[in-house]
Formats: sequence, structure tokens, C-alpha cells
Amino acid sequence: MTSSDMPLVEMTGICKEFPGVKALDGVDFTLMPGEVHVLFGENGAGKSTLISILAGVYQPTSGHFRINGRDARFPSVKGARAAGVCAVFQEFSLVPTMSVAQNLFLGSELLSGPFVDHGRARREAEKLFGELGFSIDVGAPVAALSRAQQQMVEIAKAFHAKARILILDEPTASLTERETAMLFRFIGEARAAGVGIVYISHRMHEFAAIANRITVLRDGKLVRTVDAAATSESELIELMTGRSIDRIYPDIDLASAPETVMKVRGLEGPGVHGVSFDIRKGEVLGIAGLVGSGKSRAFRTLFGLSGTVAGTVVLDGHDVTGATPETLTARGVFYLPSDRKREGLFLGADARDNIALSMLNRPDTRDALGFRSPARLRRLTDDIGRRIDISQAFLNRTVAKLSGGNQQKVLFGKALSVEREIYILDEPTVGVDMGTRAAIYRLIKQMAETGKAVVVISSDLAEVMNLSHRLLVFANGTIAAELAGEAINEQTVLGHFFQGGRLGA
Amino acid sequence: MNIQVDQVSSTRGSVPAAAMTFLRDLFIRVGVLPFFLVAALVFFTLASHNFLTVQNITNVARQSVYLVLVALGQMLALVTGGFDLSVGTTIAITSVVSATVMVFVAGAYPDAAWAAVSLGLLAGLAAALAIGVVNGIGIARFGVSPFIMTLGVQSVGAGIALFITGGVPIGDLPNEFGDFFGFGSIAGIPVPVLIAILAAVVMWVLMNRTRTGARLYAVGGNIKAANLSGINTGRVLFLAYALCALLASIAGILLTARVESGETNLGGTIALESIAACVIAGVSLRGGIGRVESVVIGGFFIVLVENGMNILQIGSYMQMVLLGALLILAVVIDQFRYKLLVGEH
Repeated sequence: MTSSDMPLVEMTGICKEFPGVKALDGVDFTLMPGEVHVLFGENGAGKSTLISILAGVYQPTSGHFRINGRDARFPSVKGARAAGVCAVFQEFSLVPTMSVAQNLFLGSELLSGPFVDHGRARREAEKLFGELGFSIDVGAPVAALSRAQQQMVEIAKAFHAKARILILDEPTASLTERETAMLFRFIGEARAAGVGIVYISHRMHEFAAIANRITVLRDGKLVRTVDAAATSESELIELMTGRSIDRIYPDIDLASAPETVMKVRGLEGPGVHGVSFDIRKGEVLGIAGLVGSGKSRAFRTLFGLSGTVAGTVVLDGHDVTGATPETLTARGVFYLPSDRKREGLFLGADARDNIALSMLNRPDTRDALGFRSPARLRRLTDDIGRRIDISQAFLNRTVAKLSGGNQQKVLFGKALSVEREIYILDEPTVGVDMGTRAAIYRLIKQMAETGKAVVVISSDLAEVMNLSHRLLVFANGTIAAELAGEAINEQTVLGHFFQGGRLGA
Repeated sequence: MNIQVDQVSSTRGSVPAAAMTFLRDLFIRVGVLPFFLVAALVFFTLASHNFLTVQNITNVARQSVYLVLVALGQMLALVTGGFDLSVGTTIAITSVVSATVMVFVAGAYPDAAWAAVSLGLLAGLAAALAIGVVNGIGIARFGVSPFIMTLGVQSVGAGIALFITGGVPIGDLPNEFGDFFGFGSIAGIPVPVLIAILAAVVMWVLMNRTRTGARLYAVGGNIKAANLSGINTGRVLFLAYALCALLASIAGILLTARVESGETNLGGTIALESIAACVIAGVSLRGGIGRVESVVIGGFFIVLVENGMNILQIGSYMQMVLLGALLILAVVIDQFRYKLLVGEH
């Protein structure tokens, strides 16, 4: 075997189990020198787990893992780095309080004698960014940078480490087109130098430009590895979801004359610079935008989770500007947080108690004397359990031990526990499997068609485009565009993401 | 501070706005200390003629040596995102152990006073290091929160110190010990001051010029990022608590020499004072931020305020109230500064 046809990475039958979840189940994956190998799949399909094993963050439960033909089992990130594996994770590994140059050399600081050489670090950092064509102040603290700039620092860090195996997890998610082109140029150069690149992205139009092979994962299992040049986008979607695209998203009927239930005017808060919109009954309002665009923050401000600086919010004729979550909940507004573990669920309690807690204000949960009635709560939570399609056994299980999909269903159970008027759903399907996703879409359809107002905030562009009757595109803390019906399409939405060009600064 | 920054936005563009912007940048960079220091100097100078004299300020500088040393150690723990409540106990253990060993050796070999002193110092440092190692293992290896770990060790250490002495101070230390470490001077500079200067210089080099320093800041700034960058975060945390104990131990030795006896109550309120000194000096309780030179001035500031209160004949009970309030105020301001620094998240 010559070195060029020996795989850099050879993984066979990789399994990874977390308590209660099988994140990876017998996955095979190879990476050749000079190859860009795309990992494709839904959130929760196992892509992140696979690259985390490759980067030494997790150890596989079972399976064979070879690097350069040798058995590899990295006890730590450091071990993986020593073997030439370098990962750029979505969750940035930067220290916000340190400067760009310091971050670049974190863990491999430049020395002169026994001392750290800050001057040389600065010069080398400037040189590196110059070569990469990124313009950035290397002395600035990372906290002061935009998300796109932080991304550039992450990528520079990987290039600096002279990785043989480079993992890029959605690197273009917050880059402008110009920056993306620059990144692709460097991927090309790295590939020519024999570097193997594992590339995770949802943007299928990028694959034609850079990918050699595409491995599709679904629910922790390998679906197939295909040749990028010979596979169409619709084939990829079918492989990813296991069904054709028109069968995932239900048709949601729009109310004939949607009535406005909430008016938001000139709302300002942290990261939100004046947004105005209406929320209507019987309509799904989609909210799209990049991370940091303010799409989530606008609604967190509205719901009283961060201070309102200016603007008005009127709900059913009542002024609820700056109202607390308590008041808004009493008035029928529900906010489903994007991070279910941190903000959504009581992980140590069982699913039933999680749901019951949201209905304690209902009079029909109390007995004749006005005390909480366990029997009534049990009956009511059973009803909810049926609506969210979760079994009795799961209802009685500690939430921490449920899969991501079932946890998300419990969160929707909380939403349905009381009659509500407005559902604000922040990333409703993040990290859930395909079956749950379809079930959640059916719930959203039910909500909207029974005359409730539904707001879907999502980073999954396909999801938000296919569900929404009306779509607001957020950029830089303002609304860049309001689209409806036929005007909702990928090119238009992407075009508005970078409005003002501030992200590219 | 709140008010000052609010004014920045309302008076933007005018001449005072430039001064306000300067003060705001100063506040973000070094924290509240310069403002507090100026306020304290002005207030006490106006309140008493005896305050701003060369003799009094020199006196404050000499008295602040012990707190400065402990605050430098405390800074290490704070920079990594924790804190050390057991510094008082570390001082007590150092004092009691070093005094016991000195008295024992000096009793057995009356002619070898310096040998007795050296062995005593080594024993004291080793005992303190043991405390730091226990803290470090608990926090870094077993993931005990720094609050519980150091609070528990504080109680354990205080108990051991009282057990060793039976609550009675250990006297009759070799005269050479007190004469040199307590009251001696080299080239006119008191030995304790020299040792504090040396410690501050070493700390400055450690934090600003070595890999270890960079890693201490990184672990406090974002421990997950530090781990993903290939830093052994456990070792860094361990080191922070071990070094913190050693610095407190040096303060313990100097205090023992000053009072010329081994005592269990030498470190009484120093945990609170050292945290206050650091936070006022701009060391963030969230970790990742803090400058050695500021901490030195922070320790000086606390002693200066205590000195001023003594001159104004404010009783020690009231001083406790004011010191605690000052700490809380500094933390409130720190929250505000962190938001300005890192942005709203």
C-alpha cells in the first residue's frame, strides 16, 4: 500500500452509548488523504458524536478506530491533537476574556526561554491572518468580536496547528459569501497538501464546490456513503430523512381571516434594535436568522426574560410591555426554550411531574377542599401523554433518562397542559429524531388549525420555510424582511441574512 | 459607577463626555480600584490631619504586606473561577507547626538557632502545602465546588491547629527568627516588605510571562474551551490552590515572626479581606480576569481603609460592618463591569 491510498481515518462498527441513548450504532467511516468527506444528517443523527470521538472528546463504547493504519484510542483532546486531528466545533473553544493572539496559541504558547513571548505571538498571529486573508485585530479580546470573526479565529487556530485531519463543524453557518469563498480556497489548498477534511454542513449547495464523498447518518446509524458528484440534493434529503420531502412537512391550513392577537412595535432589548411585527391567530409565523441575529432574543425580551429597553407590546388590547413571564403566562403566552436541559425541564423529576407543574393553576386539578388532587392530575397528565404520543412507561420515567426526542415531547406536554393563545417555539425540533420531528409538526398543525397563534423560531431553514405562513428574517437585531407565501424561498432568505454586511466587518 | 456610565450615553459629544469615556475605559480595564483609592485618600485626608503623613503611609505599606501576600494567592484561585476560604486556616497551621518545630529543635540543640528556624520554616511551608494539595485534589480531581471544599478544609485545619496547641500560644521562639523575619531590614527596607515585593514580582512573571499563567487565565475564562485546546485543566486548578496555600503560608511565617509566637488566631478575617482586596482590584469572581499589580494595590487599599478607620476611632465592630459592605459593593460593581466587558449574553 502506498501512503496515498492508505486511509487517514478508518472507523468500523463504531458504537457510542450515553445513559439511556444509543448515539451511534455500528457506523463505518473512512477518510482519505486530500479528501473532503461530508457528514450529512439531521440534528441528533450522530454527526457530532462521531466527530467528538475522532477529536478525542468521547471514547467509543465499541468498534475499531484507526488513524494512519494504527489503532487509535485518544484518552483526551491533547492525544488526538498529537496525532494530527484538529477540530473546529460549532461551540467555539475560545476564551472570551483573552485576546485573539492568546487564543490562537492557547495550549501551545510560544516561548523565548522559559517565558511566554507575547510579541512573537502577536506577529505570528498577524502573519497567519494575513495569509488567510482575514482582517482582524489580533490584540482585541475575543468577547469583542462578532460571531463570524470568532469563527475565523477558530479556523485560523486549526490551520495554525498544521492538522493532518481537520474537522469543520458547520464552518460557514455564520460566514458571509466572501468569507465562505475564502474558506473554500483554503480548504482546496489544504486538500492539495494531503490534509483530510471532515466537513459537516446542512448547506447542500456547498457540497458540489468542495466535497468528494458524503456519508449520511440517521438516528445514529449509517445510511449510506455516496459519491458527492453523482448524488442530487433530493436524493440526499431522502437518504437523510428516510422519506420524501413532501411527506415530512404537513400542509397547515391558514385561518381565512387571521385576527391579530399581539402587536409588537419598536421593541428594543439586549441585541434587539427595534423590531415591529404582528402575531395572528390561526397562523404560523416563522422566524429565521443566523445565530446572533436577535431572532431568539427578540422573543425572550418580549417574554420578559431580558430587559425591554424601548417599544410597546400589546396583547389583546392590554399593554404588556416589559411584563414578567408570570403575567404573560397567565394571559396565555407560552415560550418553549431552545435549550430544554438548561431552561425547559426539571431533569431530576419524572415526565408526569414536569407536565403537572405547568397545570397547577387549573381549577380542575384540585379536589373539593381546594387541595391538589393526585388522582385528577394523573388523569389530566395521561390525557396530555396521549396528545404528545408518549407512553405510560415514559411518563413515569425521570426526564434525564429519556431520549432527546421524548424530552422534547414532554416540553410540548407543558405547552399543552393549559389552554393557551400564543405558542412561541424556540428551536422546536433541535436534536430530535425524525419520528418525533414529524409528531411535533403535527402538533404545530393542530395548534394553528384550532385558531392559536404559533411562532416558530428556527435555525433549520427548511423547517421554518415549510411550516410558515409568514416569515420574518432577522439580521443584526432588526427585521431584514417579511416574506409570505410564494416569496418564501431559500435564496431570498439567505440573501437577507447578511443585511448591512456588519457580520463581515 | 452606574451613574457615571449612564452619563456617558446622555452627554455624548460634549467635552466632559471625553473625560467620561476615559473614565469608562479605565473602569473597564482596571475596575473600580482607582476610584475607590482616590475617594478613600480624599475622605480620610479631609477627616484627619494624621492620615496623609509619610510616617502613616509607610506604616500602612508595612502593615499591608501580609494581606498583599494572601491576596496574591487568593487571586490565583479567583482567576480560575473559584476562591479559597481556607487561607486563614493555612496561616494558623503554618504558624503553629513552624513554631512547634522551632521550639522543639531549639530545645534539643540550643546552639543551632538558624537550623531550628530553617527546619521550622520548612515544616510550616510543608504543612500549608498539604492544605493546598487537599484543596486542589478535592476541587480538581473530585469536582467538589471550591466553596464547600475550602470551607470544609478551613474547619478541619482550624481544628488541627487548636488540637496541636491546646489553644495556648507557642512562645519562646529563637530570637533570630523574630529579629530577622519580623523586625529585620536589609538596606533600610523591612524584610517582610522585601519578601512581599519578591513574591509580587514572581507572581507577575508567572501570570504574564509563563505558559502556566496563560493557562490559569484560560481555565477561568472558559474551562471547556481550555480543555478543547488541549490544556490539562485539572492540573491547572490543582496548581492554583497549591500555590495559593504557599503564598498564604509565607504570610503566616511573617506574622508569626512579628508576634513572636505560634498562634491559631492569626488568620482571623483574612479570607474575607483577601477576597475583598482582589475583587476591588478588578479580579472577576467569574474567573479569567485579574492583574497582579492591581491586587497588590488592592491589598494596600484595604489596609489603608482600616488604618483610616482606626485614626477616626471607628470601633472594630463597625469596621467589620463596613468591610463586609465594601466587599458586596465591589462584587455588585464587578457584575456590571463584566457585562460591559463581555457584552450581554
